[in-house]
Amino acid sequence: MREITYAQAIQEAMSEEMRRDQNIMFMGEDIGVYGGAFGVSRGMFEEFGDKRVRDTPITELAITGCAAGAAMTGLRPIVEIMFSDFMTLAMEQLVNQAAKNRFQFGGQAAVPMVLRTPGGSGTGAAEQHSQSLEAWVCHVPGLKVVIPSTPYDAKGLLKAAIRDNNPVVFIEQKLLYRTKGEVPEPGDDYIIELGKADIKREGSDLTIITYGRMVPRALEVAEAFSQKGTSIEVIDIRTLVPLDTEALISSAKKTGRVLIVHEACQRGGYGGEIAGLIADSEAFFYLDAPIKRLGGLDVPIPYNPNLEAQVVPTVESITKAVNELL
Amino acid sequence: MDKQTILNVHETMLVIRKFEERALNLFETNKLRGSVHLSIGQEAVAATVGAYLRDEDYITSTHRGHGHAIAKGARADRAMAELMGKVTGYCGGRGGSMHIADVDKGNLGANAIVGGGIPHAAGAALSAKMRGTDQVAVTFFGDGASNEGIFHETLNMASIWKLPVIFICENNLYGMTTNVERVTSVKDIAVRGAAYDIPGVVVDGNDVFSVEKAFKKALKRAKAGDGPTLIEAKTYRWKGHWTGDPEMYRSRDEVSSWKEKCPILRLEAHMIENQLLTEEQIRTKHQEIDQLIDEAERFALESPEPDPSTVLDNVFDEGDQ
Ligand SMILES: Cc1ncc(C[n+]2csc(CCOP(=O)(O)OP(=O)(O)O)c2C)c(N)n1
Ligand SMILES: [Mg+2]
Repeated sequence: MREITYAQAIQEAMSEEMRRDQNIMFMGEDIGVYGGAFGVSRGMFEEFGDKRVRDTPITELAITGCAAGAAMTGLRPIVEIMFSDFMTLAMEQLVNQAAKNRFQFGGQAAVPMVLRTPGGSGTGAAEQHSQSLEAWVCHVPGLKVVIPSTPYDAKGLLKAAIRDNNPVVFIEQKLLYRTKGEVPEPGDDYIIELGKADIKREGSDLTIITYGRMVPRALEVAEAFSQKGTSIEVIDIRTLVPLDTEALISSAKKTGRVLIVHEACQRGGYGGEIAGLIADSEAFFYLDAPIKRLGGLDVPIPYNPNLEAQVVPTVESITKAVNELL
Repeated sequence: MDKQTILNVHETMLVIRKFEERALNLFETNKLRGSVHLSIGQEAVAATVGAYLRDEDYITSTHRGHGHAIAKGARADRAMAELMGKVTGYCGGRGGSMHIADVDKGNLGANAIVGGGIPHAAGAALSAKMRGTDQVAVTFFGDGASNEGIFHETLNMASIWKLPVIFICENNLYGMTTNVERVTSVKDIAVRGAAYDIPGVVVDGNDVFSVEKAFKKALKRAKAGDGPTLIEAKTYRWKGHWTGDPEMYRSRDEVSSWKEKCPILRLEAHMIENQLLTEEQIRTKHQEIDQLIDEAERFALESPEPDPSTVLDNVFDEGDQ
């Protein structure tokens, strides 16, 4: 199979969907000729023109609200928010409006929109361009939340998100944009259903539950442990909402040891939700050790590269956490 | 305005007035709960705008939105049922007074976030433009909302894209308890249009003909592809901000001076003067609407409560493409 980057996979998903359905449009800041801050949409402006690939003013709140209004009236907008940190400026429209419009109207409207945005640290962009804010949106009923870790998943999940009739927050991982992976040929219209976790590596002694950029790290740790005879299962949840609870519970029952890893700050992070879910389930009776969370330190992302690397889970800190559980 | 339109606007104003008077009465007798914001005194704006919109045109509305919904075609009975949280209400009892939406009639919802509906109208206008229809979108909002960032962001966006959207600011002199002058940098909110190269017009919001004139022009402009208009309708709400407001921030005199400018009495005087209806016919019309509201109340009171087993319905749309 051919290999393409995570960024190309996202671009292909958008372009293929836009060729399929005229009502899909894409808008955001500097997404046109420039192709977006991370070059994800390069080439789309040339193919689809300035109406369907629409550069917007720097106005995250109005972009999001405009998308919600367009979504309720026949379009299927994809919005790019340049950095996920800027979702904070769009929150009113995302949280109070898009997420609730269908419910509060008693089902009279659907809001089929996708808000794509890159999250995560590791680029030296410091406190206001590096956050992982997924827990904020996971907390809001009415929003679906997706964070892919491979080009294959990114393409299949984004297509599913675009076809979904609900607002979907699709958080991309800056540090994965240039990573490559196998993806079927463009004509092969595959979809990855939202709400399905993926076992990225099977194992029997311990489960690491993770997503996004921490998936490759968890896999690296699992590989190292396999050399020493410990078999680690790595589950990539892929969609945080809806969550594949079944897959998590059955893996926890199988291995009896669970480590949850994410880059976002540990306090109030989504790992707490996953831990609670497992503790509340029948898997509790199969556990041989407490459920362990390993999130980012509860600190803003610092600028200095050494400090920056230190505040999110690393291969070393994941390894240490695994050892504590064994 | 032709005769039929005048009659329609008059009837709509009466429905709004009597619907809200009844809502207040029901609230005071504990048959209705929650937050109910009345637009009594402001009916001319909604009724006139509604008269010139088709079902396929869009509106977005506010916490003070009963009038906008009725003017856009909502039935009094289903609106009253929504106020009572009943299953027959427009939102199946999920939204209440501040969230009445009637999507089939183009009402994309009242909104309990000040300014929250403004960008939805721009989005609906963008959608119309992209789909190549001649639909227009109107967004109603208050003087208070014009100090929210979203108002400014949306005006700019609508202007650069020449969207068929009409911004209607109902300046009723107060945002909750605060007089507009104390918190607003300009005397006329309409001048804010200039910052975005959008024509801004001040109209007498208690005079249907004044609203009509500006609105028709705005409609023409929107449909010609020339972009948005900002209309500021100066008006006044007779009742408190919400049912239960002690109204310590304004004088009785101020309220009564505005009651003298009642938009309904004003139109009725015009109708009599121009022999569109006799006093007798107007009285009959009032009785008809009283009956309609009686029926709406009965319908709402007799309607069932939502089934508790449906509480999770519509958090998500289960379908996809
Ligand atoms: C974002 C937001 N801030 C504050 C409120 C509380 N609030 C509800 S209505 C209102 C006054 C709004 O004034 P205006 O826009 O002039 O509308 P009016 O009530 O006069 O119709 C306020 C402050 C709110 N609902 N939403
Ligand atoms: Mg006001």
